[in-house]
Amino acid sequence: MSATHQDNDFLFKYIFSTDHKMIAKQFFLTGSIMGLIGMLMSTIFRLQLGYPGESFAFLEPILGSWAPDGVLTPDKYLALVTLHGTIMVFFLLTAGLSGTFSNLLIPLQLGARDMASGFMNMLSYWFFFLSSCVMIASIFVEGGPASGGWTIYPPLSALPEAIPGSGMGMTLWIISMALFIVSSLLGSLNYIVTVFNLRTKGMTMTRMPLTIWAFLITAVLGVLSFPVLFSAVLLLFFDRSFGTSFYLSDIYIAGQALEVDGGSPVLYEHLFWFLGHPEVYIILLPALGITSEVIATNSRKPIFGYRAMIGSILAIAFISFLVWGHHMFVTGMNPFLGAVFTFTTLLVAIPSAVKVFNYLTTLWKGNIKFTPAMLFAIGLVSTFITGGLTGIILGDSALDINVHDTYFVVGHFHIVMGLSGTFGMISGIYHWFPKMFGRMMDKNLGFLHFWTTIVAAYGVFFPMHFLGLAGVPRRYYANTEFPMFNEMYDINELITVFAIIAAVGQIFFIFNIFYSMFKGPKAPQNPWRSTTLEWTTPVEHLHGNWPGELPEVYRWAYDYSKVDENGDFVGGDDFTPQTVPLREGEEDLSH
Amino acid sequence: MIDLLILVAVVLGIIAVSKLISILGTVSAVKGENSYNVTDKENRTQARLMPVFLIVYFAFIIWQVVSWGDRVLPVSASEHGAIIDELMNITWIIIIPVFIFTHILLFYFAWKYAYDKNRKAQFFAHSNKLEMVWTAIPALVLLILILYGLSIWNDVMEPVSADEEPIEIELYARQFDWTARYPGIDGKFGEASVRMIEGVNFLGLDSTDKESWDDKYVKAEFHLPVNRPVQFYMRAQDVIHSAYMPHFRAQMNCVPGMITRFNFIPTKTTAEMREITGDEEFNYYLLCNKICGAAHYNMKMEIIVESEEDFNKWLSEQNEFLAVEGNSKDNSSEELSVPESDSTQTINEEEEQLSLVEKVN
Repeated sequence: MSATHQDNDFLFKYIFSTDHKMIAKQFFLTGSIMGLIGMLMSTIFRLQLGYPGESFAFLEPILGSWAPDGVLTPDKYLALVTLHGTIMVFFLLTAGLSGTFSNLLIPLQLGARDMASGFMNMLSYWFFFLSSCVMIASIFVEGGPASGGWTIYPPLSALPEAIPGSGMGMTLWIISMALFIVSSLLGSLNYIVTVFNLRTKGMTMTRMPLTIWAFLITAVLGVLSFPVLFSAVLLLFFDRSFGTSFYLSDIYIAGQALEVDGGSPVLYEHLFWFLGHPEVYIILLPALGITSEVIATNSRKPIFGYRAMIGSILAIAFISFLVWGHHMFVTGMNPFLGAVFTFTTLLVAIPSAVKVFNYLTTLWKGNIKFTPAMLFAIGLVSTFITGGLTGIILGDSALDINVHDTYFVVGHFHIVMGLSGTFGMISGIYHWFPKMFGRMMDKNLGFLHFWTTIVAAYGVFFPMHFLGLAGVPRRYYANTEFPMFNEMYDINELITVFAIIAAVGQIFFIFNIFYSMFKGPKAPQNPWRSTTLEWTTPVEHLHGNWPGELPEVYRWAYDYSKVDENGDFVGGDDFTPQTVPLREGEEDLSH
Repeated sequence: MIDLLILVAVVLGIIAVSKLISILGTVSAVKGENSYNVTDKENRTQARLMPVFLIVYFAFIIWQVVSWGDRVLPVSASEHGAIIDELMNITWIIIIPVFIFTHILLFYFAWKYAYDKNRKAQFFAHSNKLEMVWTAIPALVLLILILYGLSIWNDVMEPVSADEEPIEIELYARQFDWTARYPGIDGKFGEASVRMIEGVNFLGLDSTDKESWDDKYVKAEFHLPVNRPVQFYMRAQDVIHSAYMPHFRAQMNCVPGMITRFNFIPTKTTAEMREITGDEEFNYYLLCNKICGAAHYNMKMEIIVESEEDFNKWLSEQNEFLAVEGNSKDNSSEELSVPESDSTQTINEEEEQLSLVEKVN
């Protein structure tokens, strides 16, 4: 690869870069901008839920015909909910999270010059970029963007007569997701190949940091499940455009019976959730991997139960393919299947519990440095527990009957997937910002950011459990039409207030990123005193990552506070980098 | 409240700006001390915030339980619902201590083991014994929950046998209203298909099928006799809807192209429930709980549970399909006329929905 001419050419250095570090930054910026848009959408529809029907004059100039007289219309409310879900799940927490950190860390932590295929990696980003553009463009087409919920169940998503968003907007949604899936597959295949083939000398599988294990298994999940989503939306496309009826049967709408027969929307649900459930772990695993790394580094202790952690990642990944039916207990699916899915679903709690207890034991008798990254990692452990436990209720088919599709579910998945995913991502940004941009982020803004975010986030999502237990369904434009929900207005108002605080609190973060990117103090070689390989590369990025020979690895990634027989630190410091050879008689924890 | 919101936003904004300025100041003035290394003092502050947060978090939860605890659904109004509620309570009894225990450990460890340069972290990489313990215990507890949950699930989903003489009701969903159909004196539903929908026959009943002639259908509200099994059949006309009756712990999707089922035994009349909740206005509702379009949030039906006697009386007052169909042909009216005692209310609601749909478009 001719690296020299690329270095001098702006176009190839910043735009069509094949360097994994630049691509990571591209994913980070694009994903974060999408995430910001998704968050702003949620504050707009939260205003409607907190103050149903009240006029907000400032909305009219922003939203135009979506909010005549400052009141969001019902179908545009659904449009916002749909896009919020799509953007947060796919664009922020799948592409934004994996795209940023898999790209940045896989070559750096493995001791590779770059990804296996830099060109495929570049294509992966550009497909993602196109996909983002198409998704944003769909907001402006006639009828508005897709409005059938992020799960886009047909027939609602198949029939423009059913909701205006199922016209052009839905077509663009499908095109955008197709591009997204191409991007995801190109990226994932690259990650897998790189992990298996480009590890530096001495970097055995059991010496890899847990981040890499998490990214690897995430990529495998993506490769196995995204193609199924692709087939699902392809068939939906046929139903919409070519008059097939894979998902449609016996429909009468807009004054006439349609010529469709023999299809079943339940088929779509099966295909969708075959991706949809592993998708939860495509979001969670990288976040958990990052957390493992951040907690070990900042506790100055090895991660507890390294092998059990790998085992639980593998177990979670395997089980995640066998649980999709728990989204479908009340769809009319055979109750026997429901029983099978209850069984497999509750099994996920076992490896999850192992992970939680291993984190707790890692903290125990540690020597904890509360960097902003560490705070968010601790926040993740809290949200993972809180949201995970309510999953035991939802995964139990008998209990799911009455809380299915209520705010209980909204609270559950926002805490366990949304908050854990974002906390993991934010933690990673604080931790590896010096590696990405060569500069340090401000700690005080980081502290402010963490405490506003965690307080506001629980303020938003915890009360939702009470709404759900009161029977309030999700995706309701307003809770004003049922007398039984009249007394819920103040809960909704409280949630909205916290949602606005949470959104405003992100200003600390956004400012910190942009300020530090240009004006932050220069990063030292190894700011968090880590053992892993990425901190042996020069602070200034260069092609091929290491100026001379690739480093050789002699030990696992978690030799923190390791002492010799005299009680002194091995190597004289409370961390022993992976590049330090084992002393005679020293135990290698990776074997 | 809006004012408060703006106030909060402004205050946070001011904090943000002032913070920014202070950083700009420190960065340029004090080059010696950097803005990223957490000092020992700051580390201690953050460590102290850990237990503070734990207390605030628990207090917030307790506050919610105290102030909103009575807003959750009242005691179940169906037979299986009581069993589900019991399972729910047992699950809470398992979950809540785990939640409290792990959270105390998390924030206690974080506080207790904050950085101290005179102390060494303990190199403790693994322990098979400990890991066995926290694999085996959750596995055991979950096994019990799974078995218990599944036995209930099987009972709940078991169809009602004909010996139990269930009342059969078809719930028909379309954008954006519900219709409940009773089979009439012959106890059999007439054939129906969306391809036979025409004019007043909006359910698409087959008028050549004798079994449909005595079928009765109602909108806006439907009645159930207390203590008798009800077998529901769900049908949808256009998109997926979901028949959600939270007070009865009942929910089943209505899917175009197929008939789904659910059954339960109502155990409390509307009047009894009004007494239990102390709410004179209390009513059972059927809600739509699957996103179905713009007026999804307003797709409802009232459910009246009453004595068998009252129920029979009410049912006998409803028109049969044949009468409705005949009437409409006599008047050669193309408009929907709704065969229902409280028809003015229904028509008003329909107008409301129509106007809403127009507004949306």
